[in-house]
Amino acid sequence: MTSKVEFRGLRRVFGKTVALDGLDLTIEPGQFVALLGPSGCGKTTALRCVAGFERPDSGAVLVDGKDITDVPANKRDAGMVFQSYSLFPNLNARDNVAFGLRVRGVPTATRRAKADELLELVGLPGHADRYPHQLSGGQQQRVALARALALEPRVLLLDEPLSALDAKVRVALREEIRRLQLGLGITTIFVTHDQEEALSIADRVAVLRDGRLEQAGPPAEVYDRPATPFVAEFVGTMNHLPGRLAGDGKVTVLGQTLPVDGTAPTGPDVTVLIRPEAIQVTLADTTHPPAVGTGLGEVVTASFRGASVRLRLLMDGHEVLADVPGHEAARLAPGTRVAIRLVERPVLVAARAAPVPDAV
Amino acid sequence: MAAVTGLEQPLVTAPARPARPRAWRAAVFVIAGLYFLVPLGASLWYTVYTPTTGLSFEPYAELLTAEGFASSLSLSLALALATIALVLLLTLPAMLAVRLFAPGLRPLMEVLCTLPLVVPPITYVAGLSTSLRVGADVLAPTPFWATLIAVQDPGFPVVLVLAYVVLVLPFVYRSLDAGLRTMDVRTLVEAARSLGASWPHVMFRVIIPNLRSALASASFLTLALVFGEFTVSRLLGYQPFAVWIVTISGSRGQVSVAVSILSLLLIWLLLLAVSTAFGREKK
Repeated sequence: MTSKVEFRGLRRVFGKTVALDGLDLTIEPGQFVALLGPSGCGKTTALRCVAGFERPDSGAVLVDGKDITDVPANKRDAGMVFQSYSLFPNLNARDNVAFGLRVRGVPTATRRAKADELLELVGLPGHADRYPHQLSGGQQQRVALARALALEPRVLLLDEPLSALDAKVRVALREEIRRLQLGLGITTIFVTHDQEEALSIADRVAVLRDGRLEQAGPPAEVYDRPATPFVAEFVGTMNHLPGRLAGDGKVTVLGQTLPVDGTAPTGPDVTVLIRPEAIQVTLADTTHPPAVGTGLGEVVTASFRGASVRLRLLMDGHEVLADVPGHEAARLAPGTRVAIRLVERPVLVAARAAPVPDAV
Repeated sequence: MAAVTGLEQPLVTAPARPARPRAWRAAVFVIAGLYFLVPLGASLWYTVYTPTTGLSFEPYAELLTAEGFASSLSLSLALALATIALVLLLTLPAMLAVRLFAPGLRPLMEVLCTLPLVVPPITYVAGLSTSLRVGADVLAPTPFWATLIAVQDPGFPVVLVLAYVVLVLPFVYRSLDAGLRTMDVRTLVEAARSLGASWPHVMFRVIIPNLRSALASASFLTLALVFGEFTVSRLLGYQPFAVWIVTISGSRGQVSVAVSILSLLLIWLLLLAVSTAFGREKK
């Protein structure tokens, strides 16, 4: 059984802090939605409202159209995996997974079989008799996942379940979670502050800021067409370059004129937002004057990132980040004079000196 | 999948220890052992050996058959059990509730629970007996009077249980607090709740099993304290084990030392019983 989850005008205040400020979001049955945002944006509070650990001051959480605000946590039928290790220390892996079944009065043999089956599903066959302290962090979170799935909940709630794990285990486990979720078709809400994590496994990414929804959409849409400067800044990296509106829905930046994506603010001086991968870098030709539409600058630092190299460039006193393929790194050592060219495609434009919030 | 699990090594346990400190440890152990065992051995020898008559266990036989031995012992035991039950029943739910729902009250609770430590028992019992006297006068025409009399029943003085609960509060609070610190109470409770567990279920299947050693040490301390408590019970006029020991040992030297050894042995046995009751460790 899989369910539709709706947040309707959810509001929750802790003392002077507004954690949720009228959150509206609908999650379709079987969808994997990532709630993404900096710490303090309300994403965990929203999740805890679904689990029943937090009560909204106003607004409601609907599951399959039914308001569950007054349903106690133990009657909500939501499986949850927590950020911190939450296995019961006195029970072995099997009994942890079978805990919910035992609460429901499922006979011993049935729940043992079910628990072993689930442990196999999460990749831990043969670990049933181990106690939490005998398992690694990643293994503990796998058991926690199996435990959350044991009752075949209507919604799976994941509260930053990977944040305590090291990088490799993290990536492996998040793909594992996605595989399981697709197989079971269970509606899943995944809270994270890691944009890469959100983009890589979710059907939809909902970006939250100060308790409100900034944008919700498929990962590619959120990345390529951020609805607000905040989303643009938070999801991925952005260069902020000074530009000038050229009329006709165009903007001039670093000597190039590009079409504006969406509506431009009133100008004429604006800030143009450009992804590092939308900047092409070539060696500067010092024998000829620069061609039209080409900026000149110098490489300050080059940091190797595996497949690509991120260059930090200085152009007319502005810092510009550019990603180039890894094999070009040798030619583009710090100190090299380079020319940059922006990829010809519509760019996002924000009002100059628009306060761009700190991304985490 | 196999490749993935291969990355995750279980946590490594204690490393091998160097040999040199072992000699030091043995020395400390021997010194400490002598410190405790020499006086004990000497006492034991004193009670069983008289130069004129030789070896005899007479003082012990005399003790066990003395009037009041069984009754005072069983009274102390009953008082201890009642105190343990009541103090745990009061503190554990209160401490959990404060942790889960009102963390801001924790400092206040800590101060309140530690307060009995700074009030001398003599002050405490003076206040208590005054209250009982005044209470009896004031409440004489009301049904509460009967209650007040009932709690002072010499057969089982409930008033002592109430007094002991207050006296042991600091120790019980410390033990339970240490136990609760070792686990992420909130997350465990929430995990259990989201798996459908009711509050009693959370308490008995999640909290208590994981607090076993803290509960054991709280019970230890309570037991030891109730068995050794003299001031309050003596001044309120009851005769539990500690008071009986003092009464019986006044007259004869050998008997009084025999009483000390016997009570020490008894406490040890009781503590052993408590530790086996709680000690069914996991694995």
